[in-house]
Amino acid sequence: MAEMVVEASMALALGAKLCRPKVVSMYPITPQTHIVERLADFISNGELDAEMIHAESEHSAMAAMIGAAATGVRTYTATCSQGFALMFELLPIMAGNRLPGVMSVANRALSAPINIWNDHSDAVSARDQGWIQIYCESTQEAIDTTIQLYKVSEDHNVLLPAMVCIDGFTLSHVCERAIVPEQGEVDEFLPAFKPFVTLDPDKPVSIGPISFPNTYMEFKKQQHDAIMGALPIIQKVHDEYAKKFGRAYGNGLIEEYRMKDAERAIIGMGTLCGTGRIAVDELRAKGEKVGMIKLRSLRPFPVKELQKIAKNLKGLSVIDRHVSMGFEGPLCTDVRSALYGSGIEVNGFIAGLGGRDITVDRLQKALLSTKTHKQGEWLL
Amino acid sequence: MAKKENSKPAEKMVFNVGAVIYEPGSTIKNKTGGWRAMKPKIDQAKCIKCGICWANCPDMSVKKNEKGEFEIDYDYCKGCGICANECPVKAILMEIEKK
Repeated sequence: MAEMVVEASMALALGAKLCRPKVVSMYPITPQTHIVERLADFISNGELDAEMIHAESEHSAMAAMIGAAATGVRTYTATCSQGFALMFELLPIMAGNRLPGVMSVANRALSAPINIWNDHSDAVSARDQGWIQIYCESTQEAIDTTIQLYKVSEDHNVLLPAMVCIDGFTLSHVCERAIVPEQGEVDEFLPAFKPFVTLDPDKPVSIGPISFPNTYMEFKKQQHDAIMGALPIIQKVHDEYAKKFGRAYGNGLIEEYRMKDAERAIIGMGTLCGTGRIAVDELRAKGEKVGMIKLRSLRPFPVKELQKIAKNLKGLSVIDRHVSMGFEGPLCTDVRSALYGSGIEVNGFIAGLGGRDITVDRLQKALLSTKTHKQGEWLL
Repeated sequence: MAKKENSKPAEKMVFNVGAVIYEPGSTIKNKTGGWRAMKPKIDQAKCIKCGICWANCPDMSVKKNEKGEFEIDYDYCKGCGICANECPVKAILMEIEKK
């Protein structure tokens, strides 16, 4: 293993490289560009034996990834924001065809107004498309999650593509200490890709055929069952990784911080949880019984695990870095639904859109809101 | 139409992961002729055997028989009418499909 100070984009590229993808099809977009550049470097200097496809758009990058995955090789791509939106049309196709692969998303706001900074509106908008989505808090977590998700995605009980979501700039451009595993260790952990189907002229198959109204629902149910069934597999792979590499993130699906005797808590995803830890520590020092829940896996959503962690809470404040226009934060909707009937007061807050800082005091305001039964609001 | 294939009761169907079809040639089973509202009819007396209908058919449903005549394969012809439109001697007429 090598311990280094590394930019998260570089770390993700290193993480992807360690998984030995055979096809990397990408199109650069801020703030994901560094990932593309680093991988291009690795391929051009011979460190990574892969086909680099410089696609003419994100739509083509995803189309190439699907085609490559159908030939039975390990694939990788990365994108964000408008590029992610352009890719959207193909996301359910990769998932519906049950083709594994990993994509990094350097989460960024969607236009208009034009904004290149971080929030979760790109990936969260695509949560229903059958991709596994894990949100990371640190560079280390991003590397570790990339390696874990290849294993989950390629598991023959899952066979679904997966996204490693990192906050654009807030994480993607931050340099921090991280441990990069050795190639040999990763090879031991992640075996060579065994596809369940391959495009082969000698053994012809049809991938992506039409399904009439009398069969479509069965296929979608099968896919839904597979992503729900991925919950224990994400945990199992995470635990296996933790045992081998010595790093764990809660139970792999959800992480708790100072939740033991907590009466109130916040729940959020990604880097805001780093700030959340400080917000909790400060309030704890003042005698408030507060804690934090960091959600790693947005899809599949760990309902039972959340219920278990939250069961002794009086109030839970949800911090959404995205708003479902016309309703509320989508994470808030999920959390409310998961905790329905529990009596826990769930408050929804919209924060950090388009790169707005999520500060300690904003999170503390959200944390204590349930104490005075204040409504959720936009943390402007 | 593909009625035979599609009217199978759900419990007897095989749902391969990812809807992958492992047996090639499955499209042949889907007889799309049932989609037809208009039916092309070739008047062999007028036909000059130029093959323009054969070349233009998007479904490869115009076929040449042993006598060198062009025939419509009604199992797959969807009745789009391109053949009738392209025929230089107006030897193909579109009739209302009667079932």
